[in-house]
Amino acid sequence: MSLDPVVLFFMLGLAAGLMRAEMRLPKSIYEFLSVILLIAIGLKGGVELSKQNFGELLPDIGAVLAMGFVLPLFAFGILYYIGRFKKVDAASIAAHYGSVSVGTYAVAVSYLVAQQISFEEYMPLLLVVLEVPAIIVGIMLARGITKDTKWGQLAHEVFLGKSIVLLLGALLIGWAVGEEGVEPIAGLFFEPFKGVLALFLLEMGLITASQFSTLRHYGLFLLGFGILFPVFAATIGIILGSMLDLSLGGAVLLATLAASASYIAVPAAVRIALPEANPTLSLTASLGITFPFNIMIGISLYHMIAEYYYSIGVGA
Amino acid sequence: MLTYEMKMITIITESVLEHGLLEDIEKLGAKGYTVMNVRGKGRHGVRHGDWSGDSNIQVEVVCESETAEKIAEHLQKNYYKDYAMKVFISDVKVLRSDGF
Repeated sequence: MSLDPVVLFFMLGLAAGLMRAEMRLPKSIYEFLSVILLIAIGLKGGVELSKQNFGELLPDIGAVLAMGFVLPLFAFGILYYIGRFKKVDAASIAAHYGSVSVGTYAVAVSYLVAQQISFEEYMPLLLVVLEVPAIIVGIMLARGITKDTKWGQLAHEVFLGKSIVLLLGALLIGWAVGEEGVEPIAGLFFEPFKGVLALFLLEMGLITASQFSTLRHYGLFLLGFGILFPVFAATIGIILGSMLDLSLGGAVLLATLAASASYIAVPAAVRIALPEANPTLSLTASLGITFPFNIMIGISLYHMIAEYYYSIGVGA
Repeated sequence: MLTYEMKMITIITESVLEHGLLEDIEKLGAKGYTVMNVRGKGRHGVRHGDWSGDSNIQVEVVCESETAEKIAEHLQKNYYKDYAMKVFISDVKVLRSDGF
């Protein structure tokens, strides 16, 4: 297997953070890098949509939406009934795992491009679709449907958060202007994608390292969950991908989306909607365990599972 | 030099609360505020301030002592239980009395 430099940059950040190296990127740089990644991913998806018949994508959107509602239910069941977590904590972690990580998605795209595996370019649309349902499911699992929840403020947090606004906005812009239209801005958003991703992951390594210190407080169950649940979710993603007739690359991306856990949009929304949930618990799991697992091992593992599944399943 | 006695209420808390917190403060009578991004360590651990999920804000409001107390009570009642938050009130002198 060839080494992807962006993953090595992640490891550099991780090692530097663990050794307490004198290195931090300013917060504004991190924010800027994530803005570029979000816009680049959104534009790519939008350009593809401009070539597609949107109606043909509706079954995919519906199926992925359903997966977004079902995955957190599985996660909640495992955490609450087997892991014996408090209800509100189980619901909060479930919301994180049902939603997605754009950073992980970007690494999977970079992986597939490096391996010259093609995929459905409209995947960013499915990424947007998967962001939201888990948050709603998580809050309902913890609260039921009550009037106490500040749905207005929550909707503001979810739909007007940076990731949805930029992804959806860039998607619409890409859709509106098409392939030739984005050409003049490709120099900022597409060509330096890998370099931006490398820098972004360097910082993510540092951030992940800062989560490790809290890891030992939470025991083996959380560690096991943070690794095994993504593999389970990825498998569901692959099966769904094959049912939707996605290419192998598309299935790997759908698997990665299913396996990834949110560490930006969901923590902010859940912090407001479920104040009594322990934020360190869910962030340690999604950022301290699942993110590094997916980046370093998960994506190539999902590729292997998908290859196997497609070799036995799709032909039949 | 002529100065006027006022109160300054300082709130250090999680960045994620900024939107709702500032709305509350204005509703309770503050005419303005200053928000800073800060980092530090407290009962809830270290906040590095490297990214949005790990950063704190410091909000300062100069106001009449009545308003300061109203804000402090409201924060204690609604935020103290579940969020990382420190609030303190100090005496300040300002150069003109209007606008607070």
